[in-house]
Amino acid sequence: MITTIALFLKQAIIQGIPLLYGSTGEIITEKSGNLNLGIPGIMYIGGISGIIGGYLYEFSGAELNPVLLVLIPLLSSIIGSVAMSLIYCVLTVTLKANQNVTGLALTTFGVGVGNFFGGSLSSILGEGGTISLIETGKAYKQTLPFAQDLGLFGEVFLSFGFLAYASIIIAILASIFLNKTRKGMNLRAVGENPATADAAGINVTANKYIATCVGGAIAGLGGLYFVMDYVGGAWTNNGFGDRGWLAIALVIFALWRPHTSILGSILFGGLYIVYLYIPGLSRSSQEIFKMLPYVVTILVLIITSVRKKREHQPPQSLGLSYFREER
Amino acid sequence: MSNKPIAIELKKITKTFGKVVANKDVDLTVYEGEILSILGENGSGKTTLMNMISGIYYPDSGQIFVKGREVSIQSPNDAFALKIGMIHQHFKLVDIFTAAENIALGINDGKKFDLKRISADIEKINTKYGFNIDLNKKIYEMSVSEKQTVEIVKVLYRGADILILDEPTAVLTPQETQRLFGILRKMKEDGKSVVIITHKLHEVMSISDRVSVLRKGEYVGTIPTSEADESTLTSMMVGKKISLDIERSEPVNPVDRLVVENINCTNREGVKLLDNVSFTVRSGEILGIAGISGSGQRELLEAIAGLQKLDSGKIIYHNVQTGKEDNLRDKTPVQIRELGIRLSFVPEDRLGMGLVGNMDIVDNMMLRSYKKGKSVFLQKKEPKSLAEKIIKDLEVVTPSSSTPVRRLSGGNVQKVLVGREIAASPTVLMAAYPVRGLDINSSYLIYNLLNEQKEKGVAVVFVGEDLDVLIDLCDRIMVIGGGKINGVVDARTTTKEEIGLMMVKAKGGNADE
Repeated sequence: MITTIALFLKQAIIQGIPLLYGSTGEIITEKSGNLNLGIPGIMYIGGISGIIGGYLYEFSGAELNPVLLVLIPLLSSIIGSVAMSLIYCVLTVTLKANQNVTGLALTTFGVGVGNFFGGSLSSILGEGGTISLIETGKAYKQTLPFAQDLGLFGEVFLSFGFLAYASIIIAILASIFLNKTRKGMNLRAVGENPATADAAGINVTANKYIATCVGGAIAGLGGLYFVMDYVGGAWTNNGFGDRGWLAIALVIFALWRPHTSILGSILFGGLYIVYLYIPGLSRSSQEIFKMLPYVVTILVLIITSVRKKREHQPPQSLGLSYFREER
Repeated sequence: MSNKPIAIELKKITKTFGKVVANKDVDLTVYEGEILSILGENGSGKTTLMNMISGIYYPDSGQIFVKGREVSIQSPNDAFALKIGMIHQHFKLVDIFTAAENIALGINDGKKFDLKRISADIEKINTKYGFNIDLNKKIYEMSVSEKQTVEIVKVLYRGADILILDEPTAVLTPQETQRLFGILRKMKEDGKSVVIITHKLHEVMSISDRVSVLRKGEYVGTIPTSEADESTLTSMMVGKKISLDIERSEPVNPVDRLVVENINCTNREGVKLLDNVSFTVRSGEILGIAGISGSGQRELLEAIAGLQKLDSGKIIYHNVQTGKEDNLRDKTPVQIRELGIRLSFVPEDRLGMGLVGNMDIVDNMMLRSYKKGKSVFLQKKEPKSLAEKIIKDLEVVTPSSSTPVRRLSGGNVQKVLVGREIAASPTVLMAAYPVRGLDINSSYLIYNLLNEQKEKGVAVVFVGEDLDVLIDLCDRIMVIGGGKINGVVDARTTTKEEIGLMMVKAKGGNADE
């Protein structure tokens, strides 16, 4: 019994990590007042860029260096995600386009680009079907050497690749940044009330650009984790599924607090796969169980709306463009 | 006075927004250790002028000198660097931050970010000037007066020597105003310059050393408060009477159409918006409503139109045909229409309340007659011919009747709105600032339309800000101040000074201690 629960916990953590990346990235973005609904697309791009970078290196014929096997996909992933975020910023911050429309377009675009390159890469390989970057996957799945010797504890907590631990560290750092530093406070002010921030001498545009790009890069790592560690260096079309939207739901569940989304991500991850652990479910009832994270999010929304605590509300100017010379 | 060093000097400052000239060749001097009042009516360019000193706007032309040196203030940061701080009428505070966080916002003094140390520094300022605020309290839990205190401390914490306050007393109780004035006097003794924007004459007299007056974006002059009295200031503010040549006919056979009795209304914060307001609107005449904007005009009209909930009072409509008397209070606009009362309302916010900007002229016509349709499909014929008629009669400049209203200029938008409201052949027509932002020709067209309605026997209510227009257009003028009626005068015999004084003088003690 204990073992089953422990293994379930491990699976929940594994499922939760892409969500944690996505929600940390989105929280940082939303704190600047940008509602980036392009996050699901950016996570796809983060994944496929990593795959492309990894593919170019692993199949370049050079002798494979384990450090580069990690670094090259990591950098390509970040470049891909930041490029997507920059598109979002130019459209919404500089050109003041509608944030919802821009975000949704980016998601559609990102999923499409991901599947397109995912598909063509495998046809370049001449194999058809899925691409497999075995060496890169191995590098990403590298665990601590002594993890195996620690029994159940090692199995549940130490059996992950470095991106898993990095997700938690990044979430904690993001919380500290937002709540304890001067720059974090400035960023929150931009998301709450850009006119006030502007009058206080804070550069609203720069804050929005930087927060959105950094947030996008972090979210993209969730896609990278998925393709490299979870899947082990392979791309399947639409394999990432709706995890991007789940990450955005997690932002609401965590009440815009990255440290809360650490536990939230494990909960969401658990709820996402709980159907596997309930015997005798038909295909259709499985789908009902997969809704659970969204149901929980709606409950959280209802509870926070009823309680009306101002700290638990989204940033006040979330989704709004900022015009300075408005009278 | 002149032996004091000069803190700020403005020379020939001009600022335009599109076609509107907000400030024209304004000169102004502020000395160190004085309190200067800037007096002017709404739209006289007081706030715009001050926004140029605090870096929100940048002047089109002119020079700004701070402590004798010519400067270019391009952003609020530049203003802070010159030790200029402005307390805006609409507070610039982050609601979910604490007072201390708001005060520290945007400052990078190079030291470690530690709110405890910052709070200790702020407390020093509090003790020096006698502020009493809880630095750990969130802004959204604060009263208006507390928020204002945070704003002032924020500016002082940044080391400002020149403080600009934009209508600081508008939201304060008399006691809070007295406390604020005490603090301002302390700052003055401390050698700081204080500029206070206001249109309350008694406050000018009690707090300031000198008064500068602006009128319609232009600088009128500056006089020491000791040499000023209320009537000189009023005439500086309103200027000489300019005749407008609006044709005004005598009211024909006026009868009471709308009798408002003792209506009261308070907002969510418990501030009285309408205080025991009673008046009568007669058929065949234009009743003008004069007052500083935000004195309750909007609430008054919305109460009659059925959009504003009242605490008490009656709004009685006398129906000429049936001889019935109906109380409009607490009735929705639809209920009012079902009573057979044809009430037309041209709201202040044309594209917000009056028309839908993204819809074309025809569809906007239908907004008022949507109840008439019988089938599920739209019947565009009638509204289309109405739209064409309005375009033709009122000379609306538009490519076609299917052009979205938002693409029209302000004057044409207003013509569409007024045309639609008049087409409903109202018995009561209320218009709030119908010529705001309009050029001369469009304005006259609107005046003529209102006069036509009046001659048809419609009871017209006209809320205006330009006293020349009010005096030349209306039959009677009611002056409102702070939600109270300060008096009703005959437009044919009154003077600008009389109305001006009534506008700025609060009656009955409120805020006038």
